[in-house]
Amino acid sequence: MNAPEAQRITLKFDALTPAPGAMEVPVGVMLPRTYWQTVGVRLARDPYTAACAFILLAIAGAAVLAPWLGLPDPAATNAAQRLLPVGSSGHLLGTDELGRDMLSRLIHGGRLSLTMGVLPVAVALAIGGTLGLVAGFIGGRTNMLVMRLTDVLYAFPSILLAVAIAGSLGAGVGNALLAITIVFIPPITRVTESVTTQVRAMDFVEAARASGAGAFRIIRTHILGNVMGPVFVYATVLVSVSILISAGLSFIGLGASPPTAEWGLMLNTLRESIFLAPLNAVLPGFMIFITSMCFNLISDGLRSAMDVRL
Amino acid sequence: MLYYILRRVLYTIPIAIGVSLIVFTLVHLAPGDPLSAVMGEVDQKMLAEMRASFGYDKPLPLQYLIWLGSALTGDMGYSLRTGAPVFGTLIDAAANTMVLGVAASFVGFLVGASAGMFAGYHHGTWVDKAVSAAAIAGVSIPHYWLAIILVIVFSVQLGWLPSMGAGAGASVLSWDAWKHMLLPAIALAAIPCAIVARTARACVMEILSMEFVEALRARGLSERRILLHVSRNALPTVLAVIGLQFAHLLGGSILVEVVFSWPGTGYLLNLAIFDRDIPVLQGTILLLALFFVLTNLVVDILQTFADPRISRA
Repeated sequence: MNAPEAQRITLKFDALTPAPGAMEVPVGVMLPRTYWQTVGVRLARDPYTAACAFILLAIAGAAVLAPWLGLPDPAATNAAQRLLPVGSSGHLLGTDELGRDMLSRLIHGGRLSLTMGVLPVAVALAIGGTLGLVAGFIGGRTNMLVMRLTDVLYAFPSILLAVAIAGSLGAGVGNALLAITIVFIPPITRVTESVTTQVRAMDFVEAARASGAGAFRIIRTHILGNVMGPVFVYATVLVSVSILISAGLSFIGLGASPPTAEWGLMLNTLRESIFLAPLNAVLPGFMIFITSMCFNLISDGLRSAMDVRL
Repeated sequence: MLYYILRRVLYTIPIAIGVSLIVFTLVHLAPGDPLSAVMGEVDQKMLAEMRASFGYDKPLPLQYLIWLGSALTGDMGYSLRTGAPVFGTLIDAAANTMVLGVAASFVGFLVGASAGMFAGYHHGTWVDKAVSAAAIAGVSIPHYWLAIILVIVFSVQLGWLPSMGAGAGASVLSWDAWKHMLLPAIALAAIPCAIVARTARACVMEILSMEFVEALRARGLSERRILLHVSRNALPTVLAVIGLQFAHLLGGSILVEVVFSWPGTGYLLNLAIFDRDIPVLQGTILLLALFFVLTNLVVDILQTFADPRISRA
């Protein structure tokens, strides 16, 4: 990890040092808050993060409830009603090149697109997080071995690696998910390892060890809680990248296959229609953009809410 | 410092070997023989002969060594589809991608660095907020979508610029070639531009809070001169970032190249994937990954020259 990134990661125990201005609060009003309560209050006061969370919840909620929202069948084609413009009666966002309802397809598309954004990061978090935790905690040769192995995967630009794996395995959602998961394991391992190494050097870990706590207990009670925050913030950034890459794989035909509703694939099949219905053709990309940006902004919000120095 | 550079160069060797191993194993992960996928239904005897002539009948570790050995001498075999030597095809494609990558990095650096430095200098103003918002949008935007929007606006609606290809037979310096390059370069520049702007902004803000700036002000230097000092100090970091972004661009240009049918490595890779043209697939991924490793190495070394403190870490 490079220096600016390392500086951004603030550890939880910084909460012990009072923030400038904290002393000015009248004694009677001062309520003892835990670290996570402070973070929660800060997040609630941040309008951007709240707005992004609201948009994401709306998109995800609509995607989950899509079959029960009374939308037209996303797969029902209608040759007579191809490429109806946005705002047509009965088709609020128009229709696509096969006469399928755009609104319904965009909402249904969220199911696969969001899954492909979140699932690889979650799995990579479990695998890379464990690797990084073990490497950082044990240190020495184990650390060397794990980190040098991740270095090799680091030698590929992320999109190239995803395309190379998915392209070698063959098109399909499963292979695309696997490819993106593999892409995200090294960066998560690296961040977790670096934070764990920092925490491991802290006095309270030494104290726990001196009082006879086992390795597993130290990790569980002392290290995990301190490492989770920064790694989680990093993972939210990766979700935004994952949404971009997974839709990109579908866009070049390596992810979802027709007639599935998926944003990247829709963007691809509508490319032929940019002359007749440019607005319809850009809508799926807009959904990718908005979700990706919301995850980015939420990550920024989380980072500053968790940064107790501010 | 020399010791650090030497260590850094030596460390690149195991990485490069690891990369070649991964590239080789990747294409053999796919079920089935590379040839049977291309040949379809043919005589078994003929297939066996073909297999032997391509060397696919040998054990995998041996195939790897043969492949690596010949790749090192510039012989990457022949395309299963066209029969053309992979190396030559690859060099032509790489030149096209390189042109695009240089143009995009240049735009990204120019726009990103100036916007970022301006925002950092005027920290907290509406300009700063606008630049920060644009930078967030820049890293969140799917660049293949941006490419489509650019085509819709400048090719379809306004009809100013071509939407496909690199301009047949024209020299790199001709106006026609420039016109073909403009849209893909802008689409590719979005991400480096945003990342450079963020770095430059953070860098300038950090430098402005240092004591030496206070000292310069106390000596009565004009703001213009101070800004010169600040940008001189921010430059190494910003250049390192754009160097790494350039490496990312070359490997990550596939989506934009597909949109514009730009005859570069990404487009070639895309064709090879869907043709299951294994020699081209292997060659392209290997070349792009090795180039990425080398660019990282060069950026690291240049940075030690710009900031000797790094080598002591």
